[in-house]
Amino acid sequence: MITNFEVLETNKMIRDSNLDIRTITMGISLMDCMDSDIDKLNENIYNKITSKAKDLVEVGEQISKKYGIPVVNKRISVTPIAIVAAGTKADSYVSIAKTLDRAAKDVGVNFIGGFSALVQKGCTPSDEILIKSIPEALDVTERVCASINLGSSKSGINMDTVKDIGEIIKLTAERTKDRESIGCAKLVVFCNAPDDNPFMAGAFHGVGEKDTVINVGVSGPGVVKEGLEAARDEDFETLCETIKKIAFKITRVGQMVAKEAADNLGVDFGIIDLSLAPTPAIGDSIAEIFEEMGLEYAGAPGTTAALAILNDCVKKGGVMASSYVGGLSGAFIPVSEDHGMIRAVEEGALTIEKLEAMTCVCSVGLDMIAIPGNTPASTISGIIADEMAIGMINNKTTAVRIIPVVGKDVGDMVEFGGLLGYSPIMEVNPFSCEDFINRGGRIPAPIHSFKN
Amino acid sequence: MKGIITVVGKDKVGIIAKVCTLLSERNVNILDISQTIVQEYFNMMMIVELNDEDKELNNLIDELDDLGEEIGVEIKLQHESIFNSMHRI
Repeated sequence: MITNFEVLETNKMIRDSNLDIRTITMGISLMDCMDSDIDKLNENIYNKITSKAKDLVEVGEQISKKYGIPVVNKRISVTPIAIVAAGTKADSYVSIAKTLDRAAKDVGVNFIGGFSALVQKGCTPSDEILIKSIPEALDVTERVCASINLGSSKSGINMDTVKDIGEIIKLTAERTKDRESIGCAKLVVFCNAPDDNPFMAGAFHGVGEKDTVINVGVSGPGVVKEGLEAARDEDFETLCETIKKIAFKITRVGQMVAKEAADNLGVDFGIIDLSLAPTPAIGDSIAEIFEEMGLEYAGAPGTTAALAILNDCVKKGGVMASSYVGGLSGAFIPVSEDHGMIRAVEEGALTIEKLEAMTCVCSVGLDMIAIPGNTPASTISGIIADEMAIGMINNKTTAVRIIPVVGKDVGDMVEFGGLLGYSPIMEVNPFSCEDFINRGGRIPAPIHSFKN
Repeated sequence: MKGIITVVGKDKVGIIAKVCTLLSERNVNILDISQTIVQEYFNMMMIVELNDEDKELNNLIDELDDLGEEIGVEIKLQHESIFNSMHRI
């Protein structure tokens, strides 16, 4: 029988430490929507999404009520549109982005991911059309998220597109300059993108997936911080054990919710993504965990080690708690979405270079980083290339979501609002990489032996 | 199915009586009950037997929530699975 202590512990996690189900994401294949007529394609896409996901929000809310735990976001991911639309021969996919946006609004989800292309080895004409459509698509829609896979450990890095994406990010920033260049917050580029990630902006429904699945992202940086308060001054063994136990408990709740959501919606359960995802709320921060571990601020020497421990222990604890783990699984380190990270930037403790080092050991990459609006496109491409190289060589997912805020410079603040948060503009290394980026072509796949 | 009711708030006369009255009016059987008072704060947990319909659970969640507001304490009813999944392998 459940004890009073256990009930109190669970409810304290929910009430005081922001334990929540961060997202229930329905992955929907659009392969069967294909048509050579783009109007017909749009109609098929709208009908499929609104029929498959019509009960998603209601089921999410019902689960939240039944178990007394918040289900923060209900979202949708779809097959990369560059694949779905390849047969249309249209010269722009903006109308498809609008269709996705309309479908998302009509079923009540706050984001829909999959305005995407997988171009790790090269672009098809359709991939090129999608990439060119991104600035306008992210300007004229509200809920659509775009992602591009630019590299992989098996294929190398597509440097032609890395170069183009630098320009696309600048154009997207320019088109949405009246809204703090927010279009760029809905665009992420990957190396080794996972097929089943439920988190935005990088969610898409991979081509090897079933027709419709439910993927669930759990979160709870506040719970980890709270747990570590009890382990203050203890050694690393105790530190690691504490994180593992908390990750196990959090993930078990995610597993239960995912199974129930899948059952109630009549679709298959895909994976649990056991990521620690911060929000701008106090007590929901990864940086606060670092501080609890003994660092003055995120970014201080020791931060990479602290993040490595956190990331690894979350996985070790979570994997046994769920039958299927996938997605990004680990610790996220977005800047603007984590008030502790923001404070660390303001104090001068955290730089882009330190964040880059941290991405070698965390689950994603350079995330929600605001930089001066006059940063050259080639410099943005250089930052992306560095991040892709880390992912390619280390067989891990890395990503870049960077926002060159038009009209802002180092020292200014930018407010994105809501879960996207706010951020000081971070300083970018001023030296040029233009000739390097202009070379074009692709970086060959790396060797996977002689690991040094 | 079983539900877990928790009541948290400042201690006062009649909290248990009011919760139990509501449960008895709704024909809900109480299986276990325990309470502690820490620094004048009242903490109660009840395990109750409910029928398997989500609708009944939803209605009772709302009614207990309203009752909590009326007497100035927080009353939650949750399906027991969240606690079993977190604390039992």
